[in-house]
Parts: sequence; C-alpha cells; structure tokens
Amino acid sequence: MSHESSATPAPLLKTPLNDLHVELGARMVPFAGYSMPVQYPAGLMAEHLHTRSAAGLFDVSHMGQLRLVGPDAAAAFESLMPVDVIDLAPGKQRYGLLLNDEGGIIDDLMFFNRDHANGGDIFVIVNGACKAGDIAHIQAKIGQRCEVIPMPEMALLALQGPQAVTALQRLAPGVEQLVFMTGGRFTVAGCDCFLTRSGYTGEDGFEISVDASQADTLARALLAQPEVKPVGLGARNSLRLEAGLCLYGNDIDTTTTPVEASLNWAMQKVRRSGGARAGGFPGSDKILAQLDNPAALSRKRVGLMALERIPVRDHTALHSTNGTPIGEVTSGLLGPTINQPVAMGYVQPEFAAIGTRVNAMVRGKPVPMEVTSMPFVPTRYHRG
Amino acid sequence: MTVKYTEDHEWLKLDADIATVGITVHAQDALGDVVFVELPEVGTTLAQKDTAGVVESVKAAADVYMPVSGKITEVNEALRDDPSLANSDPLGAGWFFKVKLSDPSQLDALMDETSYTAFSEKA
Repeated sequence: MSHESSATPAPLLKTPLNDLHVELGARMVPFAGYSMPVQYPAGLMAEHLHTRSAAGLFDVSHMGQLRLVGPDAAAAFESLMPVDVIDLAPGKQRYGLLLNDEGGIIDDLMFFNRDHANGGDIFVIVNGACKAGDIAHIQAKIGQRCEVIPMPEMALLALQGPQAVTALQRLAPGVEQLVFMTGGRFTVAGCDCFLTRSGYTGEDGFEISVDASQADTLARALLAQPEVKPVGLGARNSLRLEAGLCLYGNDIDTTTTPVEASLNWAMQKVRRSGGARAGGFPGSDKILAQLDNPAALSRKRVGLMALERIPVRDHTALHSTNGTPIGEVTSGLLGPTINQPVAMGYVQPEFAAIGTRVNAMVRGKPVPMEVTSMPFVPTRYHRG
Repeated sequence: MTVKYTEDHEWLKLDADIATVGITVHAQDALGDVVFVELPEVGTTLAQKDTAGVVESVKAAADVYMPVSGKITEVNEALRDDPSLANSDPLGAGWFFKVKLSDPSQLDALMDETSYTAFSEKA
C-alpha cells in the first residue's frame, strides 16, 4: 500500500516550446522528465540530413542551466573537475566533467566564462536527466565558496548546421564573428539571448539561452528563416553519434572514468601530472594513474564501424575474432549521413587500436566490425 | 483476397494456401525510417509467433513474427536492397515474405481491417 504513490509516475514537465512542437506535428515522448519532440513529420532521417546540409532547430530546454557567481567561482568549480577552469579566458566556453570520488563521471557539461566585472560568473549547461543531482552536488561541494544559481526560468535552443550562421546573422548581425566555443549576449528577433557558437552535432552552430517567456517568439523567428527546420531528439542522437560525442547515461556514467571514456582531450595539461595545478579533483589519484599508465586500464571507449550493413545497437556484446567476450556497444545505429552502421563501445585495451577487427554479436550472429577513429563524419566547427 | 492483421502489427494477404506477410502502416509509422530488414530463409518451417525477421529503423529494432505457422516459400529481395519500401509501400512493394500455411484455422483468430484499425488506434 505504501508503495502506491511511488508507483505513480510523476507528470511530465513541458518546455516553453511545447505548444509549438504540437503545432508542428511533433511526436512527443517522455525524456529526462519532460515531454519532448522525438521527431517531426519529416522524420528522423530527413531531419538528420537537413541538419547536415542546412540548419536544424532543436529544443533542448530540458537541459539544466546555472550560474556560479563570485570571485572564487572558477577555483571552486575547478576543484570538482579534471579540467582547467581558472585559465579559461573570458568569453570562452569549454567541455567539463563532474567526477565522483572514484573518478566516475557524474555528468558532462559545458561551461562559459562570462567574466562579469564584479568577479567570477560561470554559466554552466548540464544534462537534463542529471540537473537536479548536479545542482545538489555542486551546491554541497562548493556552495560555501560561490553562489550556485539555478536558472529554471531559461529555455535553451540549439541551431545547428552549415547554414545556421546565415540564418542567425539575419536576425542578429554580428554572430558571424563568433568562433567555435565563444559567445556573448545578443538580441535575436527582439529577444535578449545569451548564445555560444557550439552544439552537439559536429556541425557549426549555436546554442541560445533565452528567457522562457521569449522562447516561442525566438523559435518562430528562427523557423521562419528558409534554411531552418525543426529537428527532434531522435536526430540529435544520430548526429551526436556520427560526431563521436558521448551520450551521458549510454557512453559514460558514474562507473566510467574520463580516461576509460577516451576523453583525455578534455583534461588539460595543467591538471595532469607535472602540470601547475595537477590533481586535486575527485578521483584524481586514480585518473592520473590511468593517464600516466594507459596499460593499466581495463577498458577503453572506441569507435566501431560495421563491415556489413547491419545496425549494431546499444548493449550488443563485442567478441574478439576468436570468440572471447571483450566488451559491449554503448551507442549504435545506422549513421544516416554515411549510410553505414556506426557505434561506440568499450573494449579491453588490447582491442582498442584503430583497424582492429572485432565481432558484434547481433541476434546471436557475429557481425564483423572495425575499430575506427572518431568522428565518423568530419566535424565542421567554425574555428575562424 | 482476404487481408488479416495481428496484434504485433503484421498483415497477411491470403492467395489460395499461400499468404504474403508484411508490416502494417501503423507499424512502419511507429518505427520511422526503416534502414534494415532481416528476412527468413526460404524453405524454413516456422510456428505461429516465431520470429521470422527483424525490421530496424535508425532509432529502433523490432521483430517480425509469423502470423501463422508454415513454410517460407519466398522472401522479398527488393526489400533487402531497399528497406525504405517498408515505409513507402508497406502493404505492397514493401512485403516481407510468403508462407505456405500449415494450419489455415489459425486465420480465424486474426483481426480483419476494421478490428485492426480500432486496435491500432488504441495502441
């Protein structure tokens, strides 16, 4: 009896763009506690290809936005991640990883140095499904050192694709001058926005934070541009996989370390052994040891491409060519852009070298795959 | 020609003792863009509800079940080459396989179009 209430699922939250999604004919699904558009009538494939060739508009308002404010904010935030926060220049953005004491990944995130004149102001975007836990974690760990300010009043849109800049600069002249991983405050179609030239599709594009009350106006103004079409979460997933980017909960979680996840690029030299601010983050002993001695790893994330046209999906077992279990696929599908099955997964390190042949066990039958460098589709970030 | 439907969203079109089987409009719509199909081997005998094949879209994979027991007499090679036929013409060129019925009485329990329409609208 006492469990009855907990068995009732919580009602789904709605983003400020919910009415627009329904109006556009979206298929809505539960995701991270929200009702979200998984695809519009054009379908996942068309939306994916449109983003690669023109510009796709994504509602990512389920993601968490917060600010860390105060003169000690950067140093405090750096104590939670194996990442250089202190030296990130004003006006720039960086990828970060919140870690637990075992070096496992609590969440991956983006942070931006807004550098307000009154001392530190870091704008952070975290995954929707993790946001409550992240905010509690950050508050508990560094809430004494800086102000942790959740921003539930803000919506988040992503405009992605090679024509994103053409469409957006028509509404906000000047955005074309931004380069990848920079940003600033702009008025877009009369809406006060904080936008960055970044995203999670491998394409050039922007993420746009806007007050919820203006989100619908902004989205409609963007969709009125001839290059722009709405794109759902389905294509967002296939785009990010082709771009070789991890999905939290699939490819990384609290049991994987950044080194196992092949996210070494996200850990700047200054935080590594021999660096000026080496260590001092949760799990640093373990992570520095893994960085210093990669042979000690028990598994590593790799990219995989199937040699037959058979999709290889999440949780498919990976075997060596002589039949020994060596790992598992964590994300996989038929890449719409390259029209070939692509996947990422974890294998024992001796099978992680590019060109290694492995077998994915699809419905009991071995599908040959090759360990491949990522991204599967070349990224087209605008680096200026 | 009799057309019947299953609760697993297959359709079956009977011509003498051979039935052509495919997935319904509702099924292909729920799956989205079909990118891969796995078809049974010609000559194999399968029981009703056995897995006869697999249909995959970019986002999901689903089994295709035998609507009735019988022997596979033919598979749609064109569908193997162009899986999108399952989306563009699910009841025609997107058929999956043909089966020689071993127990025609199983047809009686399948749904007709009216019942299936009501069933799929509820699903």
